[in-house]
Amino acid sequence: MTEVERHGFDVVVVGAGGAGLRAAIEAREHGKRTAIICKSLFGKAHTVMAEGGIAASMGNVNDQDNWQVHFRDTMRGGKFLNHWRMAELHAKEAPERVWELETWGALFDRTKDGRISQRNFGGHEYPRLAHVGDRTGLELIRTLQQKIVSLQQEDFREFGDYEARIKVFQEYTVTRVLKGGDRVSGVFGYQRESGRFFVIDAPAVVLATGGIGKSFKVTSNSWEYTGDGHALALLAGANLINMEFVQFHPTGMVWPPSVKGILVTESVRGDGGVLRNSDGKRFMFDYIPDVFREKYAQTEEEGDRWYQDQANNRRPPELLPRDEVARAINSEVKAGRGTPHGGVFLDVSTRLPAEEIRRRLPSMHHQFKELADVDITAEPMEVGPTCHYVMGGVEVDPDTASSSVPGLFAAGEVAGGMHGSNRLGGNSLSDLLVFGRRAGLHAAQYADEAAEDRPTVDQEQIDAAAEEALAPFSADGGENPYGLHQELQQSMNDLVGIIRREGEMAEALERLSALRERAENAAVEGHRQFNPGWHLALDLRNMLLVSECVARAALERQESRGGHTREDHPAMAAEWRRVLLACSLADKPAPGDGAITLQRKANPPIREDLLALFGVDELKKYLTEDELPGAEADLPPQRADADAEKKTENGAEH
Amino acid sequence: MSYEATFRVWRGDAEGGELTDFQVEVNDGEVVLDVVHRIQATQAPDLAVRWNCKAGKCGSCSAEINGRPRLMCMTRMSTLPAGETVTITPMRTFPVLRDLVTDVGFNYQKAREIPAFVPPQGVKPGEYRMQQADVNRSQEFRKCIECFLCQDTCHVVRDHEENKPAFAGPRFLMRIAELDMHPLDAAADSGLDRKATAQDEHGLGYCNITKCCTEVCPEGIKITDNALIPLKERAVDRKYDPLVWLGSKIGLRRG
Amino acid sequence: MTTETRPPEAAETAARGVHSPGRAAIAQRHLRLDRWWLPQVMTAAGLLLFIGYSTWRAFFGLHTSYAAPYVSPFYSPCLAANCPTMKGGADWALFGSWWQLSPALIVLIFPLGFRLTCYYYRKAYYRSFWSSPPACAVAEPHAKYTGETRLPLILQNVHRYFFYFAIPVAGILTWDAILGFRDAQGRWGHMGLGTLVLLVNIVLIWGYTASCHSCRHIVGGRLRHFSKHPVRYRMWTWVSKLNARHMQLAWASLFSVGLTDLYVYLLASGAFSDPRFF
Repeated sequence: MTEVERHGFDVVVVGAGGAGLRAAIEAREHGKRTAIICKSLFGKAHTVMAEGGIAASMGNVNDQDNWQVHFRDTMRGGKFLNHWRMAELHAKEAPERVWELETWGALFDRTKDGRISQRNFGGHEYPRLAHVGDRTGLELIRTLQQKIVSLQQEDFREFGDYEARIKVFQEYTVTRVLKGGDRVSGVFGYQRESGRFFVIDAPAVVLATGGIGKSFKVTSNSWEYTGDGHALALLAGANLINMEFVQFHPTGMVWPPSVKGILVTESVRGDGGVLRNSDGKRFMFDYIPDVFREKYAQTEEEGDRWYQDQANNRRPPELLPRDEVARAINSEVKAGRGTPHGGVFLDVSTRLPAEEIRRRLPSMHHQFKELADVDITAEPMEVGPTCHYVMGGVEVDPDTASSSVPGLFAAGEVAGGMHGSNRLGGNSLSDLLVFGRRAGLHAAQYADEAAEDRPTVDQEQIDAAAEEALAPFSADGGENPYGLHQELQQSMNDLVGIIRREGEMAEALERLSALRERAENAAVEGHRQFNPGWHLALDLRNMLLVSECVARAALERQESRGGHTREDHPAMAAEWRRVLLACSLADKPAPGDGAITLQRKANPPIREDLLALFGVDELKKYLTEDELPGAEADLPPQRADADAEKKTENGAEH
Repeated sequence: MSYEATFRVWRGDAEGGELTDFQVEVNDGEVVLDVVHRIQATQAPDLAVRWNCKAGKCGSCSAEINGRPRLMCMTRMSTLPAGETVTITPMRTFPVLRDLVTDVGFNYQKAREIPAFVPPQGVKPGEYRMQQADVNRSQEFRKCIECFLCQDTCHVVRDHEENKPAFAGPRFLMRIAELDMHPLDAAADSGLDRKATAQDEHGLGYCNITKCCTEVCPEGIKITDNALIPLKERAVDRKYDPLVWLGSKIGLRRG
Repeated sequence: MTTETRPPEAAETAARGVHSPGRAAIAQRHLRLDRWWLPQVMTAAGLLLFIGYSTWRAFFGLHTSYAAPYVSPFYSPCLAANCPTMKGGADWALFGSWWQLSPALIVLIFPLGFRLTCYYYRKAYYRSFWSSPPACAVAEPHAKYTGETRLPLILQNVHRYFFYFAIPVAGILTWDAILGFRDAQGRWGHMGLGTLVLLVNIVLIWGYTASCHSCRHIVGGRLRHFSKHPVRYRMWTWVSKLNARHMQLAWASLFSVGLTDLYVYLLASGAFSDPRFF
């Protein structure tokens, strides 16, 4: 029998980023005893990296803004693949979630009349992002962290114990969600510091673990982004959807090599920064796709006027959704018009006075000065695409954030559906708050319902999980996990990256399969106390599972849409919009087979009143003929992708 | 362009340890954390080190490089003396767990002891109105990434373990200043005098304003000039200023 | 990979501070490679130089404290009866004739107290004279530390009183500088090198005084809502800019006071005569 540290809670939140903390606050406010588990120290979550702001249609800067407009922008950004209900809830609830932060002590930048200032961002029709300079994520995390501390202070006054109802287990890693029958019964994991195992008995578990970027070589994500929640959900029997959609942020640093991938905030462009190739040309004007042609400036003059007068001018194409800009940069570099280090120039120095740059973009100024020795007030930055965000994630009920496994909830980046095929900047922080709260609320309600008959943790599962976790110490002559990780990152970057081809993805699947076998034999040195080699060996399981989902789904989807670009299928196909690709764990994979099964699911039709927010002409670009409102007979035929249709009929390949 | 460097990294735990030498490759444009990662990947896979964002935004990779408290991710190799051994130790104010990882629980404990923001009564969410001029000061302090380098370098606790219970440290005295300057904090209405608690409960008087906290702050926050000294001055208002004392005696309203 | 252990330095291994149980076992008091002691030595040297000079001048400088129309800042205002006559100057024998010591000792208390309790000078002498700390991340030699929580150092809080006193003192020195536009006979319309010296000195003194942290607090820092006090907010912004240069102003004004006195001394002792501009 494995020796473990044992705790009991009502709700366990895995992950202490924006979504996790918001969920924990909600569960605790509903009186549930809540545990927060995080791999890093409390307050270090990847959310701190978010720079631009929180999208919420408060209408403080432009009173034309409302939730319907926000909803519309979100659906357009996601190329209509979004779950409409999530997009609706998100747009409706975001303002309340932002205002609530102020009551917890957040200090956003202000408008002249003292309200929360809002800034422009790619894909948002009006200035919509509540922000604090370019460190909004830090403000969000700190505010939630301090709110949790204040709840702990309340408990201290009431019970004499800060941790009576909310406890943070920092530097703990969860490796398994445990189940009693069909239902969640708790979590198993290890303490990073001591290497000791722990089990928390709990009827409700909220996954809020963020993304998967560490499977790619060039990424803006931190080491924590190893797809833990995605993998835990798969292993617990839940589905992942939309995993083929990976957002490459157009502007990551490209030099020096050690910081390659680190984000350059979109606010640089929102505040006037322009993209130029090595010929000095503002190339984005050549890359405005048809669906956006009416919404963006066609000349530099008009684009420049927009910064001063947004009512009468269209925005410059530098502010197109991220996928468009990332592809454009990719094409320019491929065409040989890149910078010496393989990026393009992003220039704000000729557009704003130095003082203004330092005031509006302090952390960008600091980042380039410190890390690249570049003064952005005097010279252009070199930027290129970097893996930034995964739109796909756990398939959840939009209202309750519950997965298909009773008791398992997911919110934030680890949940899928909200952003469709591409996320708009600023929609992530609002997503965390809206669905973090919902997950916490419904997890608390679920825990209430389960209180009578709590599932129990099965000792066999604990022993199996412990054995799995200790395997790397007993592997004889196995490989170094660092080497395996580098190979995985290289494969994903090269073969399932920003532009995808059938043959390459098939090769990626083969490599992943081989890597999985090798990873099972990964060996680590030393002992269990704070041993990063061991931690990485365990994370590899998650990264490999998730990478396989991405590659399999990407191979299957034969169109280009948002964060999924196929060189061999460059067009968007309306038929494919109706299809969601869902990954689940393969039952008993034969050696050499994948660990993942892919299924096609129907994307639920958009509610009529929401569809009515769009013009029919616009809908025609996205929907099939019979989905259009009042499907008229004399409409021109849609671009039918015969191949896609055939696949749909045949169902999944695996 | 790359060269071979000697890194001397402290390895061990609470029981003991020593500085261990590594010969390691360094490439153009790298920071200290890159080199530590290379040691980890090629020579010492179990070398314990905390890090997250690698961009100076999360404050995880705090350590002491050549005896100076710094973020490893924000220390470019090119800024260190060329050809000389680079010594890296864990922060020396907190108990060590393993290698470069320390137990920073002291800071989380202090964070809990600072009374939280008190929302103003009767102002609903969405009705908060604040002027930019009024939030600028607190916003500077909210840039803090909680790397705890200021706590590490502060001699009050670094050199005097026994002061830890009585002294919150620069980061958390700054937190009090932040709340005291927050335009809508209603602590005073609820009977909480933040200035008094700063002095009486959180050890403001221990600070002798020798400014090491400001020197090490990777965010460039002027901790001493903008938070600690103003807080001391606010405490003086309450206790030592003759004019303020007289004013309150004859019933004049304050500032 | 090589490992190395160093023999513990006997005196430094007492289990306190960075050598407390539980902390990383590193024998050295610090691992800094730079010349961290240099700023401290220079600060100490600068302060000692001034203290030495000003002590000598304060005790023995009475007869070379005035070279019409210039008065040494050490001797103004003169509050005892034994001063040389200063035409139109701050020569008020408030202490009467019983005071036989140098009159500088009476008035120097105020600038001395102002500077002694100044937030910048505190840092400077705590570091360079008390080694508390000797430099950042360099272990200090003291076994105990209570900072400014108890007597006598709690008295540092009286800085504001000295700031209030510093204003009239600076006002008097301003008047002295204006008197420099009279010639030795008291006629207006004169300017010599000494006038310039006095002017530079008083500008620096005002710069130092106005940039003081207490001043910054009083003019606006104590307010919670700047937006409701636009004038004080502007003053605070202005003082804040000066305050960022408080250290530089502290040194510059310290040396200017000393040099002004030296200039008067040289004139009064007849080393040379004041070059006259008009």
